[in-house]
Amino acid sequence: MAKKTDKNSYTIIFSVIMVIVVGSLLAGVAQGLKSKITLNERFEKMQNILYAMGINENESDGDITFISTDKVEGVFAANIKKQLVIQGDDVTEDPEAYLIDIKKEETLAKDPNYQRRLPLFVGEKDGETLYVIPMRGKGLWDAIWGFVAVDKSLVVKGVFFDHAGETPGLGAEIKQRYFMDDFKGESIMDADVFKGITVAKGNNDPVNENKTDNKVDAIAGATITGDGVTAMIKKDVRMYLPYLNSLNQ
Amino acid sequence: MGLLSKKDSKLILDPLADNNPITIQVLGICSALAITAQLKASIVMAISVVFVLGVGNVVISLMRNIIPSKIRIIVQLVVVAALVIIVDQVLKAFAYELSKELSVFIGLIITNCIIMGRFEAFALGNGPWRSFLDGIGNAAGYGVILIIVGFFRELLGSGTLLGFKVLGDPISKTGLYALGYENNGFMLLSPMALIVIGIIIWVQRSRNKELIEE
Repeated sequence: MAKKTDKNSYTIIFSVIMVIVVGSLLAGVAQGLKSKITLNERFEKMQNILYAMGINENESDGDITFISTDKVEGVFAANIKKQLVIQGDDVTEDPEAYLIDIKKEETLAKDPNYQRRLPLFVGEKDGETLYVIPMRGKGLWDAIWGFVAVDKSLVVKGVFFDHAGETPGLGAEIKQRYFMDDFKGESIMDADVFKGITVAKGNNDPVNENKTDNKVDAIAGATITGDGVTAMIKKDVRMYLPYLNSLNQ
Repeated sequence: MGLLSKKDSKLILDPLADNNPITIQVLGICSALAITAQLKASIVMAISVVFVLGVGNVVISLMRNIIPSKIRIIVQLVVVAALVIIVDQVLKAFAYELSKELSVFIGLIITNCIIMGRFEAFALGNGPWRSFLDGIGNAAGYGVILIIVGFFRELLGSGTLLGFKVLGDPISKTGLYALGYENNGFMLLSPMALIVIGIIIWVQRSRNKELIEE
C-alpha cells in the first residue's frame, strides 16, 4: 500500500503550502527588520567616510575602530561641512549625497544621455579641508568599495576599503589597518599627470617610506584583489579630477 | 554525562572523533579549505554551523512524517536556506558588525554537504531530541577540525593567532623573526589546508587502526 505522502496530489499541496509559509515568513522578517537594517547601513557609510578622513577611535596599535554608532550622526554632522553632487559642470549641495548608490549610478551611466551624479564629501579635520571620494570596483570574488580622502594638493590623507567576499587572510586583508595606513601621504598625481595609486608587488617598500612613487606594497597572495584596488582608484578618482583641479585655480 | 543516556551521548561524541564528518566521512571539505586561513573565521564558521545544523535537524525531524519523499531534498534545501536567511537578517538588524564578518559564510553554510547529509541520513528517521544531539555533535566535529586547521594555517602562514602577533613583527623583525624565521605564505592557500587535513587524518588513523579501510 502506498503511503499517503507518496501521492502526487499530496506532494503538490505540500509544496504549495511550504512555499506560502516560508515565503511569508521570510517576507515578514525582512519587512519587520528593514528599517533597522537601513539605519545600520547609513551609520556604516558615515563611519566609513569619517574613517577615511582619519576620524576614528583607533588605538595606537591594533584593529580598526570606528566612531561608535550612537555618536556617529553627531560626529558626521560636525565634521562633514558640505556634501556635494557633481553632475558634469554642475555642482550642487545635497545633505543626503551620502545615500547616493554608486552601483546604481554606474549602471545608469552606461546610457550616454545620462549625466552621472558623483557624490563628494567635503570635511574638515584639524583645520584642513579634506575631499572624500567614494569608489567602487571589483575584487576577486565580488565587489570591493571604499573611500579616499585627499587634501587640496591631491595628497591622500586616509583611505577606507571594504569588500563583499574576498578570501579571509588574503584579499580580505585590504580591510586591515596596515594596508590602509600605507596609502597615507601618497599622491594621486605625478607632477601634473593623474597616476592614481598602484598596489604593487615587489616594490620592496613594506612600510611605504617612499611617498612619491604612487605605489603601496601589495598583500602576498592577493594579487587580483590588489589589482582591483588599483583599478578602482584609477577609474573612480579620475572622474573627480576636473572638480578637484578647479579648486586650485 | 549524567544528563544524557549512553546512546544519546554517543550521538554527540562519535562525530567528534571516530566518525568525524571531515576526516572520516570526508564531507564539508570545500568550506574547510576555503575559510580556514584565519582562526577567527574558523571559529565563527564553526559556531554558525552548530546553530544551523542543530536547529535544522530539529525542524526536519518534526516534519519527517509529513514530508513527501519525492521532494524531500527540496524541502531540506528550503529549510536550510530559510534558516540561514532569517539568521542573516536578524544579525544585520541587531549585530551589524558580526553580520559583516559572516557575510562570506552565509552562502557556504547553505551548500555545506554535512547539513544536507545529516538531514537525509539522520533527522528524517529520528525524533527531534536525538536529531538535535546528532546535529550539534556533527557540527562540533566539523568545527573542531576547522579550528585545528585554522590554528596551524594562521600561525604558520601569518605568524598571528586571532590577529595577535604571537611570533613577533615580521616587518620590524622582532621575536622569532629576528632569528631569521619567515612566514610561510603557502600556508594561506587552500592546497596547504588539504595537506593539514591529510595530516590530521593520518594521525587519527594511526592512533586508531580500526578506522583504516580495507
